[in-house]
Amino acid sequence: MSAQLWLVVAGCAIVTALIKGFGPVALGGRELPAWVGGVIVLMAPALLAALVVTAALANGRHIAVGAQTAGVALAGIVLARGGSVLAGVAVAVVATAGLRAVLG
Amino acid sequence: MAAAPAPDTPARPPRESFRAGVRAGTPFAIVGFVLSLSFGVLALKAGFSALGAIAMSAVVFAGSAQFAAIAIVAGGGGVAPAVAAAALMNSRFLPMGVALAPSLPGGWLRRAAQGQPVVDSSWAMASTGGGGFDRWFLFGATAPQYVTWVAGTAAGALGGDLIGDTDALGLDAVYPAFFLALLVAELRDRRSRGVALGGALIALSLVAFTPAGVPVLAASAAALAGLWRRREPAP
Repeated sequence: MSAQLWLVVAGCAIVTALIKGFGPVALGGRELPAWVGGVIVLMAPALLAALVVTAALANGRHIAVGAQTAGVALAGIVLARGGSVLAGVAVAVVATAGLRAVLG
Repeated sequence: MAAAPAPDTPARPPRESFRAGVRAGTPFAIVGFVLSLSFGVLALKAGFSALGAIAMSAVVFAGSAQFAAIAIVAGGGGVAPAVAAAALMNSRFLPMGVALAPSLPGGWLRRAAQGQPVVDSSWAMASTGGGGFDRWFLFGATAPQYVTWVAGTAAGALGGDLIGDTDALGLDAVYPAFFLALLVAELRDRRSRGVALGGALIALSLVAFTPAGVPVLAASAAALAGLWRRREPAP
């Protein structure tokens, strides 16, 4: 493996550590205003929804619908009906692979 | 087993919280193994050695950032663009770290160290409601996910020839389905569902105009809906 790729590994490790450490270092130990709590509670649904749609629908800078999108949608049905994370992921994988095998 | 959020009372002993975290994190660790398996395969195709791929998972431990970096490398990009893409994908950990900060004790170095185990699933499940986090639950939920993330990468990097085309196997659906499972557990009421919809729309509207990672970071603005107070029912 080239020295350049080792630099990628080192660079990613450093920026990740800095980003994850920033909030705790900059704000740790301080009491945040009460209104911040209401925002923090809603951070998870906002960020997770964005991760889902960008992972399932974004292909570079384009919106694309394909077998993977259908698989994830089926997983959503399973999860919304109380299915486990393992069941949801298994449905997504099997449906995506099956659709690709059928559609070519 | 569905994603189990930490209970509202963080007064449990640390060991008990840690064990509860391990139990809650285990299903995500199993999914993470499959996800990192495909990372190991793709990293080798991008020119990484097996040792390099395993080392990256061990010291970076951030799936979306790792996938983004190797995609840049595979496309002929250099060190700076690959690291920048990883930083953008990880930028969502900034608001997560800010949210977690008041729940972490100790000096700045200790707090920085306690911020490192934050991954999406652990952070989401460790919330105790009202803006607080059970840090030992978070550490426990991350522990099995770290082990399987490195192990899955090793399996993919060392046995990639046996696995073949990860897209044909549908493994690219693991990542969004993984986050969808976390999201469903968060949709507790109308407000959280509205915020999720807002975050999704913000992200999708930015996909065409911004680098990968920015849409997700910008989606955190939807959480500002928390500034509006709920209407209390009349007594």
